[in-house]
Amino acid sequence: MSERIRAMGRAAAIPLLAVATGLVAGALIVVVTDVEVIRAWGRAWQGPGHALAVTWHSIATAYRALYEGSLGSAYAISESLVTATPYIFAGLAVALGFRAGLFNIGVEGQLFMGALASVWVGYSVKGLGAWLHLPLALLAGAAAGAAWAAIPGYLKARTGAHEVVNTIMMNYIAFRLSDWLLNGPMKRPGPGGTPGFVPISPEVLPTAYLPRLFEPPLRFHAGFFLALALAVGVWWLLWRTPLGFEMRSVGANPNAARTAGMAVGRTYVVAMALSGALAGLAGANQVLGVDRWLGQGFSPGYGFDSIALALLGGSHPAGVVLASLLFGTLRSGATRMQSVAGIPIDIITILQALILAFVAAPALVRALYRMRGETAAGPVLTRGWGKG
Amino acid sequence: MIGLRGRPHLGAGAGATGAAALEQTLAVPATRRSPAPAVVGLVLAVAIVVLFGLGTPWDEVSVFGLNAGLRSAWQLPDLVVPSALGIYLAALLAGAVGAAYLRWPRLKGGTTVALSVTALVVAFLIWAVQGQSLNLVGMLRSTLLRATPITLGALSGVLCERAGVINIAIEGMMLTSALTAVVTASVTGSLMVGMVVAVLTGALLALVHGVLSIRYRVDQIVSGTVINIFATGLTSYLSARFLERFAYLNRSGTLPVVAIPGLADIPIIGPALFEQSVIVYVMLALVIAVHVLLFKSRFGLRMRAVGEHPRAADTLGIDVWRVRYLSVLLGGMVAGIGGAYFTIGSVGRFDEVMTGGRGFIGLAAMIFGNWTPGGAFASSLIFGFADSLQIRMQILQTPIPSEFLLMAPYVATIVALSGVVGRVTPPAADGQPYEK
Repeated sequence: MSERIRAMGRAAAIPLLAVATGLVAGALIVVVTDVEVIRAWGRAWQGPGHALAVTWHSIATAYRALYEGSLGSAYAISESLVTATPYIFAGLAVALGFRAGLFNIGVEGQLFMGALASVWVGYSVKGLGAWLHLPLALLAGAAAGAAWAAIPGYLKARTGAHEVVNTIMMNYIAFRLSDWLLNGPMKRPGPGGTPGFVPISPEVLPTAYLPRLFEPPLRFHAGFFLALALAVGVWWLLWRTPLGFEMRSVGANPNAARTAGMAVGRTYVVAMALSGALAGLAGANQVLGVDRWLGQGFSPGYGFDSIALALLGGSHPAGVVLASLLFGTLRSGATRMQSVAGIPIDIITILQALILAFVAAPALVRALYRMRGETAAGPVLTRGWGKG
Repeated sequence: MIGLRGRPHLGAGAGATGAAALEQTLAVPATRRSPAPAVVGLVLAVAIVVLFGLGTPWDEVSVFGLNAGLRSAWQLPDLVVPSALGIYLAALLAGAVGAAYLRWPRLKGGTTVALSVTALVVAFLIWAVQGQSLNLVGMLRSTLLRATPITLGALSGVLCERAGVINIAIEGMMLTSALTAVVTASVTGSLMVGMVVAVLTGALLALVHGVLSIRYRVDQIVSGTVINIFATGLTSYLSARFLERFAYLNRSGTLPVVAIPGLADIPIIGPALFEQSVIVYVMLALVIAVHVLLFKSRFGLRMRAVGEHPRAADTLGIDVWRVRYLSVLLGGMVAGIGGAYFTIGSVGRFDEVMTGGRGFIGLAAMIFGNWTPGGAFASSLIFGFADSLQIRMQILQTPIPSEFLLMAPYVATIVALSGVVGRVTPPAADGQPYEK
């Protein structure tokens, strides 16, 4: 038992140190790009005390706003969880792909397709009860994401075309498609049936809402529990079913899996489709639970961020949930940091890149903290453009 | 669509080449050619007739301007095409090429598809322009201009991947260089300084990519993703924090348009090719330079050896890591020039995420061009053409939404990568870290 705890500690050490290092580096970036701080240090010969005070003030303001915006009130906590929810879906999507040896960079596009499909079901299908309409809208989102992801999966299985390039291409196709749909067939009509002006979809009908659980302005909704349930589901699928075993075998070594008689190509298609379904649900979750309509800028890059989340979480559902909670909290706090301390929210993206670099190169972290240690064997991610 | 034939593997020696030739002679009588290219030709012929031909009235004409409108040395008359006739001729061409493929074994599949797609594009242009006019020279001009960043991105990819290092960080390198170029050029007042700094920025990010993927053996795609995320975050952060507040940091002016004396006076191709921004000439020179470097120089041979079979190269005394580092650095520098295009090369100011995926299209152009500089340039021209066509379609108000035209390059890349019309062959050791 204690051996197992120690193993878990070892597994968690690198991600924790990566996050801590990332946060410190983030603080440094905030400070060195603060004009007031730069000016104060320019006059430091008059007395470094003042410059130090300004520096401290800059850091304190930033991180206090970060705390207040993410955990400081019931509203802040609700917003953090609301932001974490799409991250869980999308992070699970990438993690599931990793486990099957697939790098799904197309989560953002699949998320758009899912959102388009479920918002369409949400506003155009009328006269259903919530017990049918909501599941239908969610399913439409999952199906659209699955279909969009299955294409590169099929191409990889059939022709060996690498899924990284194809999913990137599918992303751009999805963006252009949604531009066209929101400017054309799905555009919200203006008052009295006149042509609309803004490229946004009509409002989702209340029967397709993911229910909110508290009084407004709290936006916490049932999607969070759906995400947690799916995290358990993905764990169960991967480690408790034959299909999951096949996926992990193919991910670990496709040649060995083929020799063992597994249908590697079929596994790629199924894994991509499941990954895409999770991504599609991330989009469905946003339009049915948070926005209740769809505009072009509805995702601040949940799909792209999810790559970092899956890696940070070690491609394990529990890890993904924890990483998503962390990033949901950070992003929601950063919104307040932007309005109070004037620090652009893009600092979160920089943090993600730094944390991702440290997680991906454990040797860097070990060198930084003079740790000894064996290289933990994670899932093999990619093998060139090869014909895998 | 353009020369997607497999590249003979390098370093295999005469024996292997002989064996391959033997295999080919043995295989020729046995294999029947796939009829796919012929089918493509015939399907496109039908598509041209149905989509464009049937709805076009016989008395309509399409007018194509052949003058740049800038210089008056030569004034050519406009090219006036009877719309319906032109469209049916294009359909005939597509169909004839498809039929010829079945009849004539020397016609290659790639050429067949390329010709029939060209016929489709011509028919589309005539159809879209009917009753209106389109300046063909202006279109060629903007095709070359819009192909410039894509080509530079593709060349960056070629340099890295020929040595066996996948570089999907081109987008991030370009974005960061675009920012540093405009800021340094604005502060110093010298576009030259901006260009140099852009090159150095690209090299710096390439060094990060190299250290992560060569030294620390991080998965090359993960390392590239890290750089892309970092570049997006950093440039948007700095832009929001400084450029919005201090506008003088983001006002550089642009590289001049230079008309090459004599050449610029040639009708049609003069204004299209020889009256361009300096950065276009830089790009053209780099296409040639990278080709010479890769295929005519000792270092190029080493690069390719390291990219195809690093173990063999190591055995022959080539320092694999050194060659890979140098190649990635060169690739980063070229991507840096590509980044400079976006700011000091075209608009003179930086906007958040202004590269808009051009780095990824460059990556696609590299694959589409089968990892060669010439192929990459040709593919970039196709993408540049789609880009500039799309803008003109908005002006011409065709019933086909411009979004679908914008999708075309991505769809084409997926098709090319899937080997429907031919196969692209990446360097054999592309993406594999090398352990000494």
